[in-house]
Amino acid sequence: MSDWLDRLLGRQPKSASSAKERLKLVLINDRTDLTSSELEALKNELLEVIGRYIDIDPAAIRIEMMQEGREQRLLADIPLRASRRHR
Amino acid sequence: MAAHVVTISSGKGGVGKTTTTANIAVALAMGGQKVACIDADIGLRNLDLILGLENRIVYDLVDVVEGRCRIRQAMIRDKRLPELYLIPSAQTRDKSAVSPSDMVRLCDELRQEVDWILIDSPAGIERGFRNAMAPADMVVVVTNPEVSAVRDADRVIGLVEAEEKGPARLVLNRLNPVMVKRGDMLAPDDVLELLAVELIGIVPEDDTVVVSTNRGQPVAMDAKSRAGQAFQNIARRLKGEQVPFMDLDEKKGVLGWLSRIARAGGD
Repeated sequence: MSDWLDRLLGRQPKSASSAKERLKLVLINDRTDLTSSELEALKNELLEVIGRYIDIDPAAIRIEMMQEGREQRLLADIPLRASRRHR
Repeated sequence: MAAHVVTISSGKGGVGKTTTTANIAVALAMGGQKVACIDADIGLRNLDLILGLENRIVYDLVDVVEGRCRIRQAMIRDKRLPELYLIPSAQTRDKSAVSPSDMVRLCDELRQEVDWILIDSPAGIERGFRNAMAPADMVVVVTNPEVSAVRDADRVIGLVEAEEKGPARLVLNRLNPVMVKRGDMLAPDDVLELLAVELIGIVPEDDTVVVSTNRGQPVAMDAKSRAGQAFQNIARRLKGEQVPFMDLDEKKGVLGWLSRIARAGGD
């Protein structure tokens, strides 16, 4: 059964799903040599730099590690706020 | 003749590397191929035992490398199969007795003699692993559907790519279809998604492996064993044949037999 149904019914997700989720994260760390706290710091610094130049909404930003085949890529989706100066 | 050199590796120990090596070797030899397997696990000799050849060792890998005998003299011929040979590992030696270039030289000499050279790599990613990797044309990574085995397989696959020996092929060993169905074991698709590597075999968990290992008769010799069939299929895929992956849901015993008949009737 799907995980969300399990959660809805207050059950633990199947152990295979937990294994897969945990492995996903640990493989990112292993492949990139980045710990999850380093990745968090990277995200925060990235936001800080971008925020210095453009107006962004920190809550709308998504920065995550993606797997494509055996390649890792850091994917950032940063919606820009409409510039107020030109209105 | 120019042999294909295939190294069987895993990172983690205990996932069935040696069993996989022995059974692929047996399956290839049963198909008429000339096969030499090399136990590269110096200090922890085991391939001889799995193949049932432990009583016939005179010379070993280190003897060959150090020039105490010729390769031919260290090749134990399996009497059950016409063209299966084993070069056993040394049991109580210094692990640095063999270098990657020794392995390359040895395999180059052997390449002219056989169709396949299978190298059983030790666990870990140190010297012994590098020795086993050095002469490889292809690397087969064995894993189990368990978190630590998958993680270590990923490290090894990465190293295989970094050494430009890739792409590695994956054997998913000891899969329990009942547990997968229950959601309590990583499914083959999950493992493949995580590792992003080409699958070359799924071997179901099977009591016959333990029984045949006890007797020193690799399970690939047992035509009735599911695991044995899986190893036969891996050997055929290595030879380039297109072999479909077996249906692991098939039930055993009378009920399974009845349901198969019912299904065949319904088709």
